[in-house]
Amino acid sequence: MSDQDRISEVGNTGAGTTYEEPLLFELSREGRAGYSLPELDVPRVLPEEILPEGSVREDLKTLPELSEVEIVRHFTRLSTWNAAVDFGLYPLGSCTMKYNPKINEKIARIPGFLLAHPRQPDALLQGFLELCYELESQLAAISGMDRVTLQPAAGAQGELAGIMMIRAYHEARDEQRTKIIIPDTAHGTNPASAALNGYKVVEVPSSDEGILSPEAVAGAMDDDVAGIMVTNPNTLGFFEEHMTAISEIVHARGGLVYGDGANLNALMGVARPGDLGIDVMHFNLHKTFSTPHGGGGPGSGPVGVKNLLAPHLPTPVIQKEVGAEGPQFRLENDLPHSIGRLHGNFGNAGMFVRAYTYLRSLGPEGLKHCSEMAVLNANYILARLRGTPYRIPFDRTVMHECIVSDAELSETGVTTADIAKRLIDHGYHPPTTYFPLIVPGALMIEPTETESREGLDRFVDALLSIAEEAKTDPDTVRTAPHHTRRSRMDETKAARHPVLKWTPEPPT
Amino acid sequence: MRYIPNTDRDIEHMLEVIGIPNLEALFATIPESDRLRSPIEVPPSVSEFEVLRELSQMAARNANSDTHDWFLGAGTYAHFCPSAIDALVSRAEFLTAYTPYQPEISQGTLQAIFEWQTMICELTGMDVANASMYDGASAAAEAVLMAMRVTRRSRIVATQGLSPTYLEVLRTYIDGLEAELIVVPRGPDGRSEPIAPYVDSETACVIVQQPSFLGTLEDLPAAAQAAHDQSAQLVVTVGEALSLALLTPPGEQGADIVCGEAQSFGVPMSIGGPHVGFLTTRKECVRQLPGRLVGETVDSEGRRGYVLTLATREQHIRRERATSNICTNQGLCLLMATIYLALMGRRGLRELAEINLSKAEYAKQRIRATEGLSLPLEAPTFNEFVVSVPDSADAALERALNAGIVGGLKLDGYAPDLTPSVLVCTTELVSAQAIDRLVEALSGSGR
Repeated sequence: MSDQDRISEVGNTGAGTTYEEPLLFELSREGRAGYSLPELDVPRVLPEEILPEGSVREDLKTLPELSEVEIVRHFTRLSTWNAAVDFGLYPLGSCTMKYNPKINEKIARIPGFLLAHPRQPDALLQGFLELCYELESQLAAISGMDRVTLQPAAGAQGELAGIMMIRAYHEARDEQRTKIIIPDTAHGTNPASAALNGYKVVEVPSSDEGILSPEAVAGAMDDDVAGIMVTNPNTLGFFEEHMTAISEIVHARGGLVYGDGANLNALMGVARPGDLGIDVMHFNLHKTFSTPHGGGGPGSGPVGVKNLLAPHLPTPVIQKEVGAEGPQFRLENDLPHSIGRLHGNFGNAGMFVRAYTYLRSLGPEGLKHCSEMAVLNANYILARLRGTPYRIPFDRTVMHECIVSDAELSETGVTTADIAKRLIDHGYHPPTTYFPLIVPGALMIEPTETESREGLDRFVDALLSIAEEAKTDPDTVRTAPHHTRRSRMDETKAARHPVLKWTPEPPT
Repeated sequence: MRYIPNTDRDIEHMLEVIGIPNLEALFATIPESDRLRSPIEVPPSVSEFEVLRELSQMAARNANSDTHDWFLGAGTYAHFCPSAIDALVSRAEFLTAYTPYQPEISQGTLQAIFEWQTMICELTGMDVANASMYDGASAAAEAVLMAMRVTRRSRIVATQGLSPTYLEVLRTYIDGLEAELIVVPRGPDGRSEPIAPYVDSETACVIVQQPSFLGTLEDLPAAAQAAHDQSAQLVVTVGEALSLALLTPPGEQGADIVCGEAQSFGVPMSIGGPHVGFLTTRKECVRQLPGRLVGETVDSEGRRGYVLTLATREQHIRRERATSNICTNQGLCLLMATIYLALMGRRGLRELAEINLSKAEYAKQRIRATEGLSLPLEAPTFNEFVVSVPDSADAALERALNAGIVGGLKLDGYAPDLTPSVLVCTTELVSAQAIDRLVEALSGSGR
């Protein structure tokens, strides 16, 4: 039996329908095919005869040769190695892993959306342009911003766009500002986005209450500061109660206020960033507006601005013109003060269709109810963990997510990562861990509104049983997970000796 | 509300456990003056079938490759997407998972990314591929930023053959940095003018698109020589990924970084997104590569598995000193491309590329033989090329549209020297008969 045969024999593990799955390249068998192509109805051209010498490649030898059924089984089996929202609670803090409605997917696959082209003439794209225009208006209404661009492909690109607009705003006033203020609780993307724009990052500490104090911001604010980036609610789950005062302090010295909308799921119908002095913010359609996370994307990161930044919006912008034949939508590229383009096309258009479907399905009451239930669920978890071995670093009413710390468990030798891994044995994707950075041993739990009370009870019971186990049987926790098809992975080995692609074993 | 399980009774119980009287009290930390006191001004909700009907009507107002014969490419290509792809990526285990931070319960996503990295390396002839970028345009911009970090230089030489939107995105990305962008003009045959005179000891990289925006095949070995003579990097951005199945890999022609757009590999056009960018480099530069990377390792029992690795390059660890601010990638689209490449496989992908080439050569031959039409650029092409039309691009494309054909891209704004002309793309979706009808419509000979 050759090596290749042996690997693909691994298949069934003897554990029912649980399959080990080799790589595509190991499964490959010469002569198999998974494609179907039409008969060529024009004369066949030999590439070597018409292309310059040396410009035609040799065989694609690494690409596999497999039938369709083998490929379908390969990826179906691989899929069973994943945890996902449709399996159960996925309380990954700051990522808003809410249910992704099936109707969104169905509508995104209608040919008029799925098979249309970004460069077809405006007249042949009116349905899509209208959808974009309406989605922009609705996001503006939810956030209290004046204008919205849908173009950024993800939250991080939205941040980049927002900071670019802040820079363009100052440059248009002949001001050379060099710094951006960022709180110590911020997501890593905030300082990275500021740095990509050439700004120096000034970090300000949070107060004892876990929020920003106007005094701290005033202390950092000077005429070199271009703006501040604030996540509200912040990553500790708290509403920034002094937001309006902070905005005033920054505005008084000529700075602008960037709002990271990662946590907007707490605020819909309750408060609007635009009413709190925020000048520019991004939305995450894959968090708040239910587009699927897809194993790490695509995201979509529209940006809302106040009118003072509208001249700097990325190109193109969509304009509505009402004529004799009803409204017409067209793309405007002529914006002399625009920061320019961030995406080769309109952005992740398929995500606009899903988010718009969601907004039409929810309406104003539905959106507000989502936020209320998201906040209720987070506070319920927090209330149930009060007085348990989990420490609550800032014990106040939270918004859509709560932070607890395992600090009291550390004497058992069990770490935050161990608790997270043990949660997997109880059937849960772990919360975000070790973030925000200012809380040692943080577990950041965001249940979202789409979880039931009894589901949350089971999750809390699992956390409590792990805390108990950490005292009675710490080894079991330290070596978790035990009920997965892979036990703890050696991440150090992966980084020390990177193997980043498959290579065939040399013939023996 | 069908997406929310909790009932009034659940809510009552939960409020009691929390120790607050009502839902309003959940928001007590929001100052009174900050509250929104009226409903959000968005339209009232509609039921599932109404939303389906409403959006179907919107969709019906968009022409698409089902309703028309399709000759429009210019960076987004109408290739056929085999049915198995959508069936597999619709599986909730892929669709509703997130970034594989917890490898023990994410091996499905991680192994698929490892397979993607392997196949992208094979196609480009490079050592290391990341787990995708937002799109081809941002991949090109990030590639240039990477070359600037590697060389610690700040002058960028780009050919005019880059997609105009890629050039725009590149300008946007470098605007806040002290960088200079020089554009090498297009030569008379459609390829770039010689690049060497534009490169000096301050040049970080030369960036060339292959095939160029106008479809021509650039001379990559010459571009490599021009870059390397000054110790600059050669960045190759791939406009139509299917061409990689036919052309010598850029990695074998001297490219230091190869990036591009992989939409052609089974990702629907979807009005320009979500698509999937790729970014590759040589192994010695891996620590300057932005984006996620998946590596092979073992678990505590020695079994093979995969993890996200070399994260010390990334924003969640390095914050303002990260190689990029990128966080999410295009996970689901890279999965589509991985499944596509598996289905097409070693022989199918090459055969498909040859079909595309043959259709283009047939169309070009028909155009040469048709009065009023001509091919203004002589350089070899893959599946896309410029056609000069007799009157105006608008008129020619209007005639095509009347024949049920989306005939290509009007080039007036992109290549004024070639006006009136149209950029035409022939994929496997267009029949010989459709090509004949396009030629007739563009020339106006059928009137």
